[in-house]
Amino acid sequence: MNEIVIKTNNLTKKFGNFTAVDNITFEVDKGEIFGFLGANGAGKTTAMRMLCGLSHPTSGSGEVAGFDISKDQEKIKANIGYMSQKFSLYDDLTVGENMRLFGGIYGMKKSDIKTKTDRILNELGFSAEKNTLVRELPLGWKQKLAFSVSIFHSPKIVFLDEPTGGVDPITRRQFWEMIYEAVNDDITVFVTTHYMDEAEYCDRVSIMVDGRIEALDTPKELKRQTNSQNMDEVFQKFARTATRSAD
Amino acid sequence: MKQFLAFVKKEFYHIFRDTRTMLILLGMPIVQIILFGFAITTEVKDSRFAVYDLSKDAVTQQIIQKLQSNNYFTLVEDINSPDRIEELMKAGKVSMVVIFDADFEADLLHIGEASVQLIVDATDPNQATTMTNYATSIITEYGQETAALTNTRFLINPQTRMLYNPQMEGAYNFVPGVMGLILMLICAMMTSIAIVREKERGSMEVLLASPVRPLFIIIAKAVPYFILSVVNLITILLLSYFVLKVPIAGSLILIFSESFLFILVALLLGLLISNLVQTQVAAMLISGMALMMPTMLLSGMMFPIESMPAVLQWISSIMPARWYIEMIRKLMIQGVDGIYVMKEFAILTAMILVLLGVCLKTFKNRLE
Repeated sequence: MNEIVIKTNNLTKKFGNFTAVDNITFEVDKGEIFGFLGANGAGKTTAMRMLCGLSHPTSGSGEVAGFDISKDQEKIKANIGYMSQKFSLYDDLTVGENMRLFGGIYGMKKSDIKTKTDRILNELGFSAEKNTLVRELPLGWKQKLAFSVSIFHSPKIVFLDEPTGGVDPITRRQFWEMIYEAVNDDITVFVTTHYMDEAEYCDRVSIMVDGRIEALDTPKELKRQTNSQNMDEVFQKFARTATRSAD
Repeated sequence: MKQFLAFVKKEFYHIFRDTRTMLILLGMPIVQIILFGFAITTEVKDSRFAVYDLSKDAVTQQIIQKLQSNNYFTLVEDINSPDRIEELMKAGKVSMVVIFDADFEADLLHIGEASVQLIVDATDPNQATTMTNYATSIITEYGQETAALTNTRFLINPQTRMLYNPQMEGAYNFVPGVMGLILMLICAMMTSIAIVREKERGSMEVLLASPVRPLFIIIAKAVPYFILSVVNLITILLLSYFVLKVPIAGSLILIFSESFLFILVALLLGLLISNLVQTQVAAMLISGMALMMPTMLLSGMMFPIESMPAVLQWISSIMPARWYIEMIRKLMIQGVDGIYVMKEFAILTAMILVLLGVCLKTFKNRLE
């Protein structure tokens, strides 16, 4: 029996007359890599914001890491990590300073921050860059570091919002190796992406169309159901039904 | 608390790493005050003046002679109609016109008293004061000499009229203005830009998804700018005291505590702006247009409020800097007690309460 770490029940978010997220119900198991797919404007980000405690649901309910997303947002925030595509660390801070900052924000002990920083930089082969300003690093390195920082405080779940946008295929590959390592450390990964090859790496994927979840299963099962060669075809078949235009 | 400190530290890194901005922020008050120091010590030399002599008698001729022989003044024209005064002034040909009443000598001899009028272009108030002081002393000196010679009591009253800037807002009064401007700039403009930068970069989202309380983020952002403002405040006071020799007549404790009040207003304004806009450019434009410009033009820093049209006077009364500058003028230059600035204190406090309410409201909306 798997432990469930994310659970939603008819979760809905409306902005005026516009229903961004329309009655979504799903569950994510502990230690799973859950791919959250959907075209731009399908409502992925809004759904994710509700799960991260950044936004209140209009109706429906949900639980993240065992806490209610409408009531216990602060407790949720302490138990999750979050990485967005737009932001990867502070440019004018060094690698070490960024880690110290985020460790501090999550209330980690100074000594823990130090040992963990050294360990992570060592694993990434970035030890020499500890005192380098982040702005001087290549994009791929920044994204890898940003991921390390998002799981720096050993959260139960990490939310990745298009983490590999604009990154070359080799770095993306390495990035996914890091994700697998995180899963080995018992971290659940909730990831949105536009790269369908990445969707293949997920344990299960959901496809959002016009605010609703139209499909949810393992990549293998989805391909079988839709009679497709790869996830790209699967996605095309579902996304084509969309009536809402991208924002 | 640990979170908070980690955050404040980060904000300091942001500021210190941006050397150019930091130098501007710390250097600006120094430059402004020093510039004014020079403006004050500028000597009046070779000022051109005209004479409108309605009397044309021996005494007036002697006075004109005396003014002319002084190396500070050069006589440009002997004019014959009052209209010419305005013409010359507007054309910038003269900066002072000396007017003698008709029957100047007769009045002086019979009543023992006569009036001479000095009309001065006070566009540059410092120059205008110096000029009137020189001219007045020359005329009075002449009066005393003649009186001593003839053994009678002569009294010549020089009457001064300042054109264009009747208030004579001088350099002493400029120091509080600089204080108001700098504090407004650093607290409101820099804070709003710093907060909006996080939004623009997308880092605000990451911070909001962390357990840091949003209010902490904002306060942590304000701390470095608060400290920077206090440093600037001290710099301005030191420079104006030691370089400009502006007396600090009132209590320093009062000056500082009232300044903190103003800093709070400015910080809240910065926060409000950051809640309303999405980009750094917009934050800069709004704080520039809606805060800096009116602060400079309408707060009484450059132009006396009393001589503004009623509409502008009304607008100026919602400028926090106006009340702060007035308060500091009273405290610093006149050296009054705290009770005399109660009105300004009350107005600034009311502004804080209103801003606090609006900020909290817009801040909550933004989080949704």
